[in-house]
Amino acid sequence: MPQSFLVADAVTLLPELILAVGAMAMLMVGVFRVNAAFKTTSSMAIGLFTLVAILVILLDDGKTLTAFNGNFVVDYFARFMKLLTIVASVTSVFISRHYLSAEQIDRFEYPVLIALSTLGMMVMISANGLMVLYLGLEMQSLALYVLAAIDRDRPRAAEAGLKYFVLGALASGLLLYGCSLVYGFTGAMTFEAIAKIIASDGSGIGLLFGLCFIMAGLAFKVSAAPFHMWTPDVYEGAPTPVTAFFAAAPKVAAMALFVRVMVGPFAANMADWRQILVFLSIASMVLGAFAAIGQSNIKRLMAYSSIGHMGYALIGLAAANEQGISAVVLYMTIYVFMTLGVFGCILAMRGRDGMVETISDLSGLARTNAAMAFTLAMLMFSLAGIPVLAGFFAKLYIFSAAIRANLATLAIIGVLASVVSAYYYLRIVKVMYFDDPAEAFEPMAGELKLVIAVSGVFVMGFAVFARPVIEAAQTAAASLL
Amino acid sequence: MTVPHLLSVLVFLPLVGAMFILAVRGSDETAERATRHVALWTTVITFVLSLFVWMHFDSSTADFQFEEKARWLGGAIDYHLGVDGISMLFVILTTFLMPGCILASWTVKHRLKEYMIAFLVLETLMIGVFCSLDLVLFYLFFEGGLIPMFLIIGVWGGQRRVYASFKFFLYTLLGSVLMLLAILFMYWQAGTADIVALLGYAFPREVQPWLWLAFLASFAVKVPMWPVHTWLPDAHVEAPTVGSVILAAILLKMGAYGFIRFSIPMFPAASEMFAPLIFILSVVAIIYASLVALMQQDMKKVIAYSSVAHMGFVTMGLFTLTVQGVEGGLFQMISHGIVSGALFLCVGVVYDRMHTREIAAYGGLVNRMPVYAFTFMLFTMANIGLPGTSGFVGEFLTLMGAFQVNSWVALFATTGIVFSACYGLWLYRRIIFGVLEKESLKSIADMSWREAGMFAPLIVLTVFFGLYPAPLLNVFAISADNLIHHYQASLGVFHAAQVAAVN
Repeated sequence: MPQSFLVADAVTLLPELILAVGAMAMLMVGVFRVNAAFKTTSSMAIGLFTLVAILVILLDDGKTLTAFNGNFVVDYFARFMKLLTIVASVTSVFISRHYLSAEQIDRFEYPVLIALSTLGMMVMISANGLMVLYLGLEMQSLALYVLAAIDRDRPRAAEAGLKYFVLGALASGLLLYGCSLVYGFTGAMTFEAIAKIIASDGSGIGLLFGLCFIMAGLAFKVSAAPFHMWTPDVYEGAPTPVTAFFAAAPKVAAMALFVRVMVGPFAANMADWRQILVFLSIASMVLGAFAAIGQSNIKRLMAYSSIGHMGYALIGLAAANEQGISAVVLYMTIYVFMTLGVFGCILAMRGRDGMVETISDLSGLARTNAAMAFTLAMLMFSLAGIPVLAGFFAKLYIFSAAIRANLATLAIIGVLASVVSAYYYLRIVKVMYFDDPAEAFEPMAGELKLVIAVSGVFVMGFAVFARPVIEAAQTAAASLL
Repeated sequence: MTVPHLLSVLVFLPLVGAMFILAVRGSDETAERATRHVALWTTVITFVLSLFVWMHFDSSTADFQFEEKARWLGGAIDYHLGVDGISMLFVILTTFLMPGCILASWTVKHRLKEYMIAFLVLETLMIGVFCSLDLVLFYLFFEGGLIPMFLIIGVWGGQRRVYASFKFFLYTLLGSVLMLLAILFMYWQAGTADIVALLGYAFPREVQPWLWLAFLASFAVKVPMWPVHTWLPDAHVEAPTVGSVILAAILLKMGAYGFIRFSIPMFPAASEMFAPLIFILSVVAIIYASLVALMQQDMKKVIAYSSVAHMGFVTMGLFTLTVQGVEGGLFQMISHGIVSGALFLCVGVVYDRMHTREIAAYGGLVNRMPVYAFTFMLFTMANIGLPGTSGFVGEFLTLMGAFQVNSWVALFATTGIVFSACYGLWLYRRIIFGVLEKESLKSIADMSWREAGMFAPLIVLTVFFGLYPAPLLNVFAISADNLIHHYQASLGVFHAAQVAAVN
């Protein structure tokens, strides 16, 4: 009965369908409504994301659903990561409203593009076959390329967009080549089928080549070293709300996809991909720790910081046990909240002559804006992984999984890199608390206050409400394995 | 009268006080007074409540008391508090010193609210360290203390405060992260992070040295032991007076507490194996730090290096693994907490007046400040270890323990007492005696009532425990005894296993 199949698939796919239709509706509204089009579409986007988030929660019946002959899967892991992505997306739209109007780049396409790329991310997270994987990945990437260059009159933004596009296209090419090799050597498209064939026939050298190419493509998307080259330039060049979005949502989706591809179709090749992951992880952590030290631009610093954080998250994936996967989920959750808070603070760095983004502009912030300085300081300590704050728990579970999987050397390198990286986080605290005040910032917009406050409460209070989050992450990991 | 959840109340009460201060609006005179009073009353109430712990403490058992347990992170990581004879007095020491510290910072004007909040948060974390019965919870409190201390040194410190605060933070963090990995390994090995359960778990002989070394990395930095002590003089010199007091009196004790809580009972085989290493490091610390202290130009640096030397006695005493040595080490920790804290307060008294810590800037203070001269003398004597002061009891017991194990160690360590007399008396001579010829000192005022009130309890306790140490030793006795018995027993098991393997 093909019709009932279609209905079942549509229900499984309902959040994505709503988002797709909604994005197109937003586009229409934007085109036909000339006045205040940005305000309207961004409000619509916030409403749409909320609706989709509610749908994701409501449609959670605790079961794993598949659609399109197993090419698309919705399990607890997918729901959790989608929710996290939506939180990141909706926050990005929310915090950008004031900024984009003030900078006069309030184009109505901005929320539409965020919605479309979020749709791509949700497809990525649920991808259970090579074809859907590529579809989702390209959908989000294409929207992101445009977003990076949305401030097209500024050469830096245009450069960021172009750089991102060229390198991103290269990565997509690598990934696609990997997919075709895997398909060629297994003759299967869905992850289950690939896993079954590898389990029965073993994996030849051709398949391993395909695996390597896929991993290179995915490493590019999560910006793990040595595929990180684009990150600092794009982070710096893109408008700050776009950077905030880049730092949060796509990272979650790409990491979710990375996890699913590794432990799904290639579970049997664990020994092969683990060594690559260990290398990627060490390279990212060390690069993130050392390269950030010399930065004076806070967005560039956050770019290196995010490279380092992806290195830590990859430790959990390299551990490849249930603890490791749940640690990755937990890490990404905490990472998103921290990152959005930090970018909320960066967006609040508005001097009398417009936005500023060097670290020295934060001088003496503790005197001119005590609340913002305190929250940003706590976020920095949290990013450094100092206890009581959320970032510590993220690292705790990552290292715990690594020890469990007998990856002691990786864990030792990880903790040492975290000490090095603590130096540059401390430097920001030092600038804010120990130095003499610079010019005070303009009063910040209400929505920024809200985002910074939520993020601050999350980071500082995490020790109190940690258990439900940790258990949700464990359920997500269990549903995947 | 009993208070339910007494330890939780003790741990979190200062945090509640900090919240109150946060709620104080404005920065005028009234707000500042309110801030000071909230801080003072919070610490006083915490101290009074902590006395209930001592009152109801049963010193006839080595078990943990006032235990509280609640689910926390899931898995086998729980919120578990409790105290025994080893940890109870450190809780009291912390709560006892805090009101004095708040009094000593009565004249602080610069960013007062943040100052008091930082100290109250620090108190929560310090009490938490000594009460935790879960490894992850312990680590949380142990490391969390870095944040307020970093800010205290960096915001209210002296000239080179940025350098000192970074050095303090990164040094301590580097040591601690290795301990974190060891904790995680223990968690997976034993299947629990509960300290009570881990105390009864025998870790395989092969892994013990590694775990022991990882813990050493953290505790040695914290104590601090030679050669990783270099952060301490910097931190002490740059920290504000009260920061130095807390650092010397309590934060340094956390390292030694860690040895006695974790390293010795959980890794007995490794402790036996590495005890000579600790002896060497301790003796070097005692002699070297004392010699370095002789040559300092800065009052605080003298006391900082003397702290390194005195903590050398503590580590030596603990790793003699005799009952006297352990009791002596514990006693010395409490005594040093009081005495070194008081010495830093003494420096603070003249620093508040003259704004310099250079020894050469003083001389002949006895003419203008007789009360101060007396106070300073008493604590100098206690620091040297004069019989009749609390400093004597601890050092004597640790040396007695050391003599049973290795008379050479005892011999070299004893020279440290001679050296400490040298730098202590010389420092006293240069500051207090001599002719009062410096123009700026001619009008210096003696201690105020507030300052005298701050020192009075410290003086009383130093003399009282020097003459009658029994109240402290009684609390330690059973737990120290139990520790050594447990250590001998588990060592016996290991040796028996070894013999069996050879046969």
